[in-house]
Amino acid sequence: MARTLTILQAINEALDQEMERDSTVILMGEDIVGGSGAEGEMDAWGGPLGVTKGLYAKYGNRLLDTPITESAFIGAAVGAAASGLRPVAELMFSDFVGVCFDQIYNQAAKFRYMFGGQAETPVVVRTMYGAGLRAAAQHSQSPYSIFTHVPGLKCVMPVTPYDAKGLLIQAIRDNDPVIFFEHKGLYEVEGEVPEQSYSIPFGEANVVREGDDVSIISLGLMVHRSLAAAETLAGEGIQCEVVDLRTTSPLDEDTVLESAENTGRVVVVDEAPPRCSVATDISALVAQHAFDALQAPITLVTAPHTPVPFAGVLEDQYMPDAAQIAAAVRRVAGYTQ
Amino acid sequence: MAVARNDLLKAYRVMRTIREFEERVHIEFATGEIEGFVHLYAGEEACAVGVMLHLTKADRIASTHRGHGHCIAKGVDVAGMMAEIYGRATGVCRGKGGSMHIADLDVGMMGANGIVGGGPPLICGAALAAQVQGTRHVGVAFIGDGASNQGTTFESMNLATVWNLPAIFVAENNGYAEATSADYAIGAGSLADRARGFGMPATTVDGHDFFAVHQAAGEAIGRARAGDGPSFIECQVNRYYGHYEGDAQTYRPPGEAEAARANHDCLEMFAGRVSHSAGIEQGELDGIDREVAALIDAAVSSAKADPAPAAADYLTDVYIDY
Repeated sequence: MARTLTILQAINEALDQEMERDSTVILMGEDIVGGSGAEGEMDAWGGPLGVTKGLYAKYGNRLLDTPITESAFIGAAVGAAASGLRPVAELMFSDFVGVCFDQIYNQAAKFRYMFGGQAETPVVVRTMYGAGLRAAAQHSQSPYSIFTHVPGLKCVMPVTPYDAKGLLIQAIRDNDPVIFFEHKGLYEVEGEVPEQSYSIPFGEANVVREGDDVSIISLGLMVHRSLAAAETLAGEGIQCEVVDLRTTSPLDEDTVLESAENTGRVVVVDEAPPRCSVATDISALVAQHAFDALQAPITLVTAPHTPVPFAGVLEDQYMPDAAQIAAAVRRVAGYTQ
Repeated sequence: MAVARNDLLKAYRVMRTIREFEERVHIEFATGEIEGFVHLYAGEEACAVGVMLHLTKADRIASTHRGHGHCIAKGVDVAGMMAEIYGRATGVCRGKGGSMHIADLDVGMMGANGIVGGGPPLICGAALAAQVQGTRHVGVAFIGDGASNQGTTFESMNLATVWNLPAIFVAENNGYAEATSADYAIGAGSLADRARGFGMPATTVDGHDFFAVHQAAGEAIGRARAGDGPSFIECQVNRYYGHYEGDAQTYRPPGEAEAARANHDCLEMFAGRVSHSAGIEQGELDGIDREVAALIDAAVSSAKADPAPAAADYLTDVYIDY
């Protein structure tokens, strides 16, 4: 039976159901319980935003608070995954990958290949990303393209509660290392979520709105803003097809190309800076494989090539909004050769 | 810690196997037939064997770029290793890893590692898996004096103490991190003192002395299996060759490596000791030497004759589930 849950609740439920199902699933991270070693309450935080709250009561020491030492505990999660467990490590903010990247990209990502196919590293790194919370340059980035670039990693970014639960369950059961991106501005988004366990395969983009005039290819929070823009544009007679990539590795190239070939006009919307990004990657894909169908230049709507600023007046400009997306779509829709 | 006669013979055989393997790779590398980076372990054999004699296949180790000795001592197939170094389809990593990434998870060898300090966090994970599953297995992270300064090592020692992990950190201090001396690069009087600062028992031993390493490792591994947490062992040792094959070693004083061979040879020290204490005569050891030489000969011959990987294999094994 489906109920209305938030993304935060859907993630918690996925962790709960997988821990219940499989005793090798353990969680570790900074303050995922909160209160370890202190005299007050245990499970004081349940993660900085309460995503893991309540699991300690059911699963006890299968949740491990860690010191603030990302290299050690992300690496420990990787090592434990290669030793028979299915750890889900929480890297509190994806910006913190700078202090533990080696364990992800030189170790976890490469074991399978480098060891000639003998290793299995079923680790999940859950991590918050994204701007909009006035958290400034070191707590607001969207660095998924850095991970997507690395062969051996899988990269997932759900935008609905239904997808959050199904994709996280898939991530935990997947035998490869998975980076699971949670946008901090989406945790309170509500939607229908079945009570029972289910998984959503990786590499299947979601066409969240159909239309024949312009394709908007997007991911993360930008899917919601793209939908808002599409709604406005529909009132102007421009029908947008909005594609949520859902996973950037593996990437559903077919759905992107089918949409591009259908509309011949493509706008790519990405919250990250534009150089060597998901946006440029999608653009290259379309240019290479759907060139003949294109009726207008591929247009990118991205953050500028700057760090994420703090002050509201600055950060609000940094993030692409529905108006910018709509403006780009109008340009593309009206383009004639 | 008394060592049974059979174990002594096994220890000698494994140390000799490592030495012979490395001496032969040194010779073969010079012919140009072996490509890439190779870092030889000759001179340090007692460290690997003194530790590994206490371990089973179910115990796990993480190694370094100088990993051949750890692999052999942990039980990785010698012919498969040689084939891997030659980049053959028959290599333990099917030619995809090479010298710096030899791994065999079935015998608990989690990989040589091209990243200095890459192993300690992984061993925290292996030790955590043993702890969670209640197996009493242990994890051993081998590091060098170079990795002893890495943040990953510090973080891992701290985490091992915080979680009371069955983890052992074995620092093989051969005096040089690449071309920079440990005296210059280690900002502490003693690696063991530094480890004690992380709240774990620590000791310093002569890494050429199998018996000293074996004793220290036995105590540390015993504590770990009993649930008494992590330990640290510094093995002070010499490397007979350079950082990598081809290293001119001009940073070392003239004669240093030769003096180490003359005065600090773990095999000679071992042979001298067991002839007195265990009645193992040189003739018996010579017999082992001949068998080992034949084994390495065969490994080199088969590696040279083995096929290269299929060209299409460069695209496989990136993921398990595509």
